[in-house]
Amino acid sequence: MTSGQHLSAIKGAKVLMVGAGGIGCELLKTLALSGFQDIHIIDMDTIEVSNLNRQFLFRQSHVGQSKAKVARDAVLRFRPQISITPYHANVKDPDFNVDFFKQFSVVLNGLDNLDARRHVNRLCLAADVPLVESGTTGFLGQVTVHIKGQTECYECQPKPAPKTYPVCTITSTPSKFVHCIVWAKDLLFAKLFGDKNQDNDLNVRSNETASSSDHSEDVFERKKDEDIEQYAKRIYDHVFGHNIESALSNEETWKNRNKPRPIYVKDVLSDELFQQNGNADKMMESENLSSLSAMGYLGLKNPQDIWSLKENSRVFFAALKLFFSKRQKEIGNLSFDKDDHLAVEVVTAAANIRAASFGIPLHSLFEAKGIAGNIVHAVATTNAIIAGLIVIEAIKVLQNEAKNCRMTYCLEHPSRKMLLMPVEPFEPNKACYVCSETPLLLEVNTHRAKLRDVVEKIVTSKLGMNLPLITHGSSLLYEVGDDLDADMVANYAANLEKVLSELPYAITGGTTITVEDLQQELVCSINIKHREEFDEEKEPDGMVLHGWTQAPAVEKKDAAATNGASTSTTSKSAPNILEDDDELTILESGIETISSGKKRKLSDISTPEPLEEKRAKKVPEHVDDDGDVIVMLDDVTKENSL
Amino acid sequence: MSGEELTEQETALYDRQIRVWGVDAQRRLSKSHIFVSGLKGTAVEFCKNIVLAGVGSLTLNDDNPVTPEALAANFLIPFDENMGGGGSLADLCCDSLKDFNPMVHVSVEKGDLSSFGVDFFEKFDIVVISCCSLAAKKSVNEKCRKLSKKLAFYSVDCRDSCGEIFVDLQKYCYVKKKADETDECQLDYPSFEEAIAIPWRSLPKRVSKLYFAMRVVERFEEVERRKPGETSIADLANVLKLRNELCLAHSLNESQIPDTLLERLVVSTKEFPPVSAILGGILGQEVIKAISGKGDPLKNFFFFDAVDGKGVIEDISTS
Ligand SMILES: [Zn+2]
Repeated sequence: MTSGQHLSAIKGAKVLMVGAGGIGCELLKTLALSGFQDIHIIDMDTIEVSNLNRQFLFRQSHVGQSKAKVARDAVLRFRPQISITPYHANVKDPDFNVDFFKQFSVVLNGLDNLDARRHVNRLCLAADVPLVESGTTGFLGQVTVHIKGQTECYECQPKPAPKTYPVCTITSTPSKFVHCIVWAKDLLFAKLFGDKNQDNDLNVRSNETASSSDHSEDVFERKKDEDIEQYAKRIYDHVFGHNIESALSNEETWKNRNKPRPIYVKDVLSDELFQQNGNADKMMESENLSSLSAMGYLGLKNPQDIWSLKENSRVFFAALKLFFSKRQKEIGNLSFDKDDHLAVEVVTAAANIRAASFGIPLHSLFEAKGIAGNIVHAVATTNAIIAGLIVIEAIKVLQNEAKNCRMTYCLEHPSRKMLLMPVEPFEPNKACYVCSETPLLLEVNTHRAKLRDVVEKIVTSKLGMNLPLITHGSSLLYEVGDDLDADMVANYAANLEKVLSELPYAITGGTTITVEDLQQELVCSINIKHREEFDEEKEPDGMVLHGWTQAPAVEKKDAAATNGASTSTTSKSAPNILEDDDELTILESGIETISSGKKRKLSDISTPEPLEEKRAKKVPEHVDDDGDVIVMLDDVTKENSL
Repeated sequence: MSGEELTEQETALYDRQIRVWGVDAQRRLSKSHIFVSGLKGTAVEFCKNIVLAGVGSLTLNDDNPVTPEALAANFLIPFDENMGGGGSLADLCCDSLKDFNPMVHVSVEKGDLSSFGVDFFEKFDIVVISCCSLAAKKSVNEKCRKLSKKLAFYSVDCRDSCGEIFVDLQKYCYVKKKADETDECQLDYPSFEEAIAIPWRSLPKRVSKLYFAMRVVERFEEVERRKPGETSIADLANVLKLRNELCLAHSLNESQIPDTLLERLVVSTKEFPPVSAILGGILGQEVIKAISGKGDPLKNFFFFDAVDGKGVIEDISTS
């Protein structure tokens, strides 16, 4: 494998790496050692302390600097003669267009989120450049090879979706700790510190039954001259006491459920303690905003400890006080960030108080942070292994040995004696809307849904388009771009607010629209089917897209998330994109699992029939063929993630 | 949970991995002492992994000077026209590894591996040797076994794009978690000498061809008094001859050790960096498992060949 022809293929190659995180650092090092001479690397992230346990090219002194640039400098120290070009940028920037991608012999992904992976997949297809894709979680990992026309593309198989929960589970009937976290993060935290005008399902009215006016007051409005303690107490009593009380009045809900217990400040903290908690002027001395800590002030040292209801309440008040006195400038436009310690404290405390109310076991700050921040489990060893496998596949691609390419699973428990299990790649899925031109079908109420709904719920979020353009026949209904003139912008803005059947070129049952993304060079046809009613809980979008498959969401406990990228493990473990979403999302999950018999991905288990049948017949030619493989990856995480 | 708690600094640094193996395992890691001898690319990958993981101490042994060849596979040594200015491989790797994680104590032990007595190994929990002779493997393994404390012994080798890891945990007890139950398990490992003495015929069918091929090459180097990796195309004919003799003695079909495989191992003895990364990663995981007592440890050989892409575990023991 270290032969001369190898070396010439390697030396002549120009490689693009996307992601300089967990997998990226390992990959850049292994590429350089293997003799690659011309490497370009894109990563928008900066270095954080929690990266240092595995992203070995970075040091404490680099915290805050560009990953791509620091990684380059670190590798040049032992390989000064090669060329490494860093880009501290988002791979979705328009500069990285199809022409940019065309200059490379192969693209290697070490990304941490689905969105960027899909984007790179489309650009690689459009530029006809082979893609080697990867991901890790804990001890699990995988490497896949995507070559246009020869193997499946990254989107041929449905990807597990971010877990979403029915709104009422979050607002009224939580049964798991994660529900409390979602409530604390996406409802309470957003209401307290985010944009007040944004819609939010949190009940903010002090008296619901007084249906009389829309003007019953919003308890989150801080009254004039109201001091922080009084305000915080009012919020506490409202969300943990009053709201539970009013939920209890709906008898029907609790017929088959345990009733929650309303919690008021007076039940938990004595007046004295509440005062003490409040007049904490000592804690205000710290000038360093990033080190503000309520638990530190309260003498709670170990983030692994589970706090009592009382301690959680004290943390809640202390953290609120710190926010309102030290970080008031940010209030109104904050969104939850797992690296914002004070934000993590608020969310942990609030989730625990709510959990106590509903009889759900409380959790430590460490655990709560992991759930709230979608933190991916990551270790250096798996990233190193996966990076090695990526380079082996990349070399095959460069030598035009596509036939020898494999997708490889890195397992925690051996399957048929294998810890590293190669599998033959699949052929492209003929029904894939990304790499084949199969039309999609959209069921929608054309008299009620606005064009805006279709753009937001389908085109952007489901199809992952960045700069969409929508046409009906030869007329343009909508587009996004920098170079539009004012008329057009106004025209499109007006269209967005129209229901489909009232657009200038009406969209009704039976019409076909075209949706494209010029940057990704992806074009999809969508056939429209009118449908009157949608189930609010099961079809919360009020429309259903067919032909676009997404595996059912998996919760962290049962499935692995991907790192590398997410799994960039890379790197930024929390998929930012998801957090801005309106939906209540939790955990992006990308790793695939293999089930016995089918020897394939977890996602397959729930794919629609035809696909599944097709797959079953086409079982990948496995390296050996003795007996049964049983690899249930879900067990793995259970064992490990304690 | 016993022992001291992790410091705030440790909790922040190790956040992501504590989420994988837990606080208790992290605490055990931070109290473990590792010895590594033979610092080529694969061993260096391993060192990087366990220093990042946060072991207590790492002791490096390799008196060899820095050569262009050693530089080629070693990302720990900054490029230097003067070849490290006279420092040994261990010295230079030590400087670099210290920098990776200030919480790990990294030091150098000078001397020839064969000169270390049984007592020397007493202070370690884990001994890893790489690129050494058959005799050195046997003897270090035996020394480790003579101690009353349980010491885990590993050897790792990479030739061309093939690799082998050997593991001896002696009598190893661990807790196996399945669903909600926990099982006490015990594994009995043979020493390296015992394992390779097992007649080939009595091994399970389909044992990795690499297992046999590595034995042939290792034997060849011993008989010819070569240093590990000191072979070339000129030796191929004699290696094939030795293969035939061994196969005859063990009544194994020669086709089980293909010429092409032997040729790769004999001709291109350099480590292939992607394979070094893979072996260093697998070995790192195994050592972390052994220290933390969590997870099924590998018993007792691991093979990887980039040509078929399989990473296979073989149990070569009489039990
Ligand atoms: Zn596709």
